[in-house]
Amino acid sequence: MGTNVMPSGEELLRFLPEMILAIFAVLVMLWESRHDEHGERPGMPAFALIGLGLAAAASIVAGAAPGYAFRNMLVVDSFATFFRLLLMGIGAMAVMTASPFLRARKAEGGEYYSLILLSLIGQSLMAASNELIMVFIGIEISSISSYVLAGYLKDDKRVNESALKYFLLGSFATGFLLYGVSWIYGLTGSTNLNEIASILGNADIAPDAVLTGAATALILAGLCFKVSAFPFQSWAPDVYQGAATPVGAFLSAAPKAAAFATLLRVFLTAFDPMADRWLPLLIVVALLTMVIGNLAALWQTDVKRILGYSSIANAGYVLVAVAAHSTLGISAVLFYLAAYSVMNFGAFAVVSLREETELKDFEGLAKRQPATAALMTVFMASLIGLPMTAGFFGKFYIFQSAIDAELYWLAGLGLLTSAVAAFYYLRVIAAMYMKPSPEGAPEMAVPAASQQAVMFVAAALTIGFGIFPGWLLDWATRSSGLLR
Amino acid sequence: MPQLNAVPMSWYLILSAILFTLGVAGFLFRRNIITVFMSIELMLNAVNLSFVAFSHQLRQVDGQIFTFFVMVVAAAEAAVGLAIILTVFKNRQTLSIDEVSSLKN
Repeated sequence: MGTNVMPSGEELLRFLPEMILAIFAVLVMLWESRHDEHGERPGMPAFALIGLGLAAAASIVAGAAPGYAFRNMLVVDSFATFFRLLLMGIGAMAVMTASPFLRARKAEGGEYYSLILLSLIGQSLMAASNELIMVFIGIEISSISSYVLAGYLKDDKRVNESALKYFLLGSFATGFLLYGVSWIYGLTGSTNLNEIASILGNADIAPDAVLTGAATALILAGLCFKVSAFPFQSWAPDVYQGAATPVGAFLSAAPKAAAFATLLRVFLTAFDPMADRWLPLLIVVALLTMVIGNLAALWQTDVKRILGYSSIANAGYVLVAVAAHSTLGISAVLFYLAAYSVMNFGAFAVVSLREETELKDFEGLAKRQPATAALMTVFMASLIGLPMTAGFFGKFYIFQSAIDAELYWLAGLGLLTSAVAAFYYLRVIAAMYMKPSPEGAPEMAVPAASQQAVMFVAAALTIGFGIFPGWLLDWATRSSGLLR
Repeated sequence: MPQLNAVPMSWYLILSAILFTLGVAGFLFRRNIITVFMSIELMLNAVNLSFVAFSHQLRQVDGQIFTFFVMVVAAAEAAVGLAIILTVFKNRQTLSIDEVSSLKN
């Protein structure tokens, strides 16, 4: 143990994105307090966006020199940098979608933007943590801010319920994760991912396999909640439906991407030596997640609930690529998470234009707002996985990695369930194009400039990645090597 | 230290496992939101107990430091959680978990 406890400049640089986010989270609140409580309070979204931009720039600078920080607690490699940039992008979309949405409901407060930034600190830490306690702290920073975000618009009964369910089930799952961490600590004497890997990989000093396996399963259970995988998937539709739509969009993208980053790093670093024990479990989880998510989505009549179940199904696809247990699998995960974040956020952004989100409220949308309906069609087509969209290549790479890993039946069943999934996405398109507008349907709000920007950029990226996937795939492949 | 060793290590771990199981059972079977929340806290305290026990066995101070992190996080979680429970009660005048289920199809 060295005596020098002061972190070096290099270490601080690797932590700079989180520091910038924290500073801007506070600045937004201070900026808000300068203004009259009931008057207009402009500039808060701009503040948040500047913070996100600076944090993204800091992530790129920090990512240029990969390495460890704070006694191997954090590791900043290309993998962490990929996730940091993805998370900042999701954050920017969440800020831009929410600002007109909240203003229309006279509920725009600085705390919304602050909470988005604070939650991103946790997620960015999750992507970069190299230590189980650090993972726990990252998850909790992200979760506690997310619980409050889910409860934003606190006078709405459905919002309360969404926040309550998210909070109770989230803390419950964290308990499992933490109990697993304590056993891993007890068995290996370490919480550092690299040290755990070297102890588990050495047959002479490896602890009891049954106990280690049980502890690993507890950690997997905790992470399964965060990615909304079987058997902890039931909260997702309730939370996404109940929460304010931009919040639902954020929660279905950012914490999930970060949880997959954690899952990959923990299981492919620390628990890699015992992969033959957890891989079968992961394959079963992936399979059941796909089946349950897709089948349950068929009966839904609320578009937000459909997207909620679709997020479960999509988590299942990503788990297939994780179960492939290869570099190709990791790059497929990264590609799919980026593609999914964009197309899913776009769909939520369209839904956020409406007060009511039942399927019948979208009937005849193509006549009233052809541009919005066309954008929604792009997102749905990508979620189905039609060619020329990001979703197509996302699924292609995932199932290719599964076939490379000789998981033929898993890939086959994945393809089968994604064919079933086409049905419920097509229902949304059919409602917009083939049904007449209901009598006396309320006029739909004209999207504000920032909402339009999010929808058009998301659609452009969805189609762009679908026609030229090479650029994103290259980046994902370059980022798939974990620093160990 | 020798007095502590009078109680075998496994007893601490068994107690911690029992507490954790009680917490899980309470979460699954209790119907009052506050009691459900307390069950989660019980799970976290079971984790703390096992951290301290392991820390003693390994002759490391790390495990004891981890409990501080867990306690801090649990406190933050309690602050947010109780606020959420309070808004639920304000809007519904009930704390029964069965009556808070309007989000369905």
